[in-house]
Amino acid sequence: MGQSIWQSMEQKGYSRRDFLQFCAAAATVAGFGQTGVAQVVSAFEKKEKPAVVWMHFQECTCCSESFIRASHPIVADALLDVLSLNYTETLMAASGFQAEKSLNDTIRDHKGKYIVLVEGAVPTKDDGVYCMIGGKTAESILQTVAKDAAAVVAWGSCASNGCVQAAKPNPTGATPIHKLIDKPVINVPGCPPIADVMMAVVTHVLVLGQIPALDSLGRPKEFYGRRVHDTCYRRPNYDAGLFVESFDDENARKGYCLYKMGCRGPVTYNACSVVKWNEGTSYPIQSGHGCIGCSEEGFWDNGPFYQHLASFPGFGIESTADTVGTVVGVATLAGVAAHAVVTNIRKHKVIAEVHAEEHHDAENKES
Amino acid sequence: MPMSAPVIGAGKLVPAVHNHPVEYRRVYVWELPVRAYHWINAIALVALCVTGYLIGAPIRAFYAAEAYQQYWFGWVRFIHFFCAYVYVFNFLARLYWGFVGNKYSRWNAFFPLQKAQRQEIVDVIKADVLETKLHGPISTGHNALAGFIYFFTFLAFVAQTVTGFALYSSMSNSWMPRLFNWIVPLMGGEMGVRYWHHVFLWFFVTFIIVHVYLAFYHDYIEGRGTISSIVGGWKFEREKSDD
Repeated sequence: MGQSIWQSMEQKGYSRRDFLQFCAAAATVAGFGQTGVAQVVSAFEKKEKPAVVWMHFQECTCCSESFIRASHPIVADALLDVLSLNYTETLMAASGFQAEKSLNDTIRDHKGKYIVLVEGAVPTKDDGVYCMIGGKTAESILQTVAKDAAAVVAWGSCASNGCVQAAKPNPTGATPIHKLIDKPVINVPGCPPIADVMMAVVTHVLVLGQIPALDSLGRPKEFYGRRVHDTCYRRPNYDAGLFVESFDDENARKGYCLYKMGCRGPVTYNACSVVKWNEGTSYPIQSGHGCIGCSEEGFWDNGPFYQHLASFPGFGIESTADTVGTVVGVATLAGVAAHAVVTNIRKHKVIAEVHAEEHHDAENKES
Repeated sequence: MPMSAPVIGAGKLVPAVHNHPVEYRRVYVWELPVRAYHWINAIALVALCVTGYLIGAPIRAFYAAEAYQQYWFGWVRFIHFFCAYVYVFNFLARLYWGFVGNKYSRWNAFFPLQKAQRQEIVDVIKADVLETKLHGPISTGHNALAGFIYFFTFLAFVAQTVTGFALYSSMSNSWMPRLFNWIVPLMGGEMGVRYWHHVFLWFFVTFIIVHVYLAFYHDYIEGRGTISSIVGGWKFEREKSDD
């Protein structure tokens, strides 16, 4: 404790060259580029190793799983090595009272300096009984931990927008953490988020000691500023009107656009088509499956995934606004046609009535 | 029966059947900006509905092995966005005209604020739905029911503009769409915005069907040039028989 990253690396026998390499990699991952390396070196030389607590609430741990698969292992190892990861249910050796003590010590000793990473949503219904750790509700733990934190990062869609447990009818009242605490929260949505994006966000916070530029939904602009669609390599097929119409058709084989298969790329903000997954190997669309929009709020409720439009409530799962609209349109046409028929049946009567009236008017005028 | 000489532009004798003349006065109802608005709006709206539906359910290009050979879906979307701009500015011009135009195009024709207008709504509903005869003279401009329904279409115009530009804002750096990007989180992401944009599309499809039919129907039951008025601007008003 109290050591800088450089001091800690030096103790472990890393050379100055190793350290500089690590700084360069960290600068690249955080998106600073060449010009930012000096800044990173300076930060890692002088700044105290940051204490980090990683909280797990209502989640499946897929964010943690993603994080440890970062494609820059040197950065990942080094970061996990140099971070002072004081509390995380999944990885820590301590358990029970020891674990609780570690958390409490961190909050006390690093007041205003430690970083909180939150994975999972927080249930608020029925006094929060649906997620309790060590006899305390998730919400009370979150409030305690977040109160003196230097920065709060919401990992994944659960913590950012509620994800699956907040899907209708949301039985536990699962709530994203930015709605529960009054601190700025860095939302890193995705189910899970991309490992390298997570790594970059952490690096940014560590190096600069401040939160990256965020959009109106609290997401880092550098990774969530563009739609999957706009950076998708299949986009030219979209503009040309070349679409896959069935997963086993010739068009799917040719790699045409998956728009008609319900691809959510056009409504999803994420870096999948740029950063890609698993060491830049591929991403869903490249593997022939549409994007399901897992980093967008309420994506579970906008199904089915293989349909362009969300289903229209009350008319069965497969019916969209378009099917309902078509029925309404056809019904209107039929109504109008029936009206026209009735009008024509009554035609002679109407004409007779009008003539009688004009006759009457004209006689009034003459008299 | 004495026939007075026709006076140009004012009163005119129209021989009715049975040789009883009934006097109709020619009234300039729809000024040029109103007619221009109507037809620009009609063309833009139909184009928007067709291209909008195609954007939701595109027809796959028929040939081309490679994407670079054509830009079919790109054009569909381009026409949609182009017409959207035309439609919005056309609508804004019409709003302006609602304050400076003649009494038939004024803003208060669209709200049943007076008792007479509300009575007319009842009469017109009876005439349209139950096919009863209209009582007394109906408004020469918009009838009160039509006007009120147009008010709701204006609301739908606004809803469609807001949701449309909100969807468009992610593809544009122009100031106009960017005015509306705050809508997206409000509606729970772009899937929600897209959903409402589709719902309103079907409102317009239904409106167009009913509107076109009722225009013809009223042309028939009123017998004073409802259809031709939106081309030439003139309608005919029966002179009061007691004057």
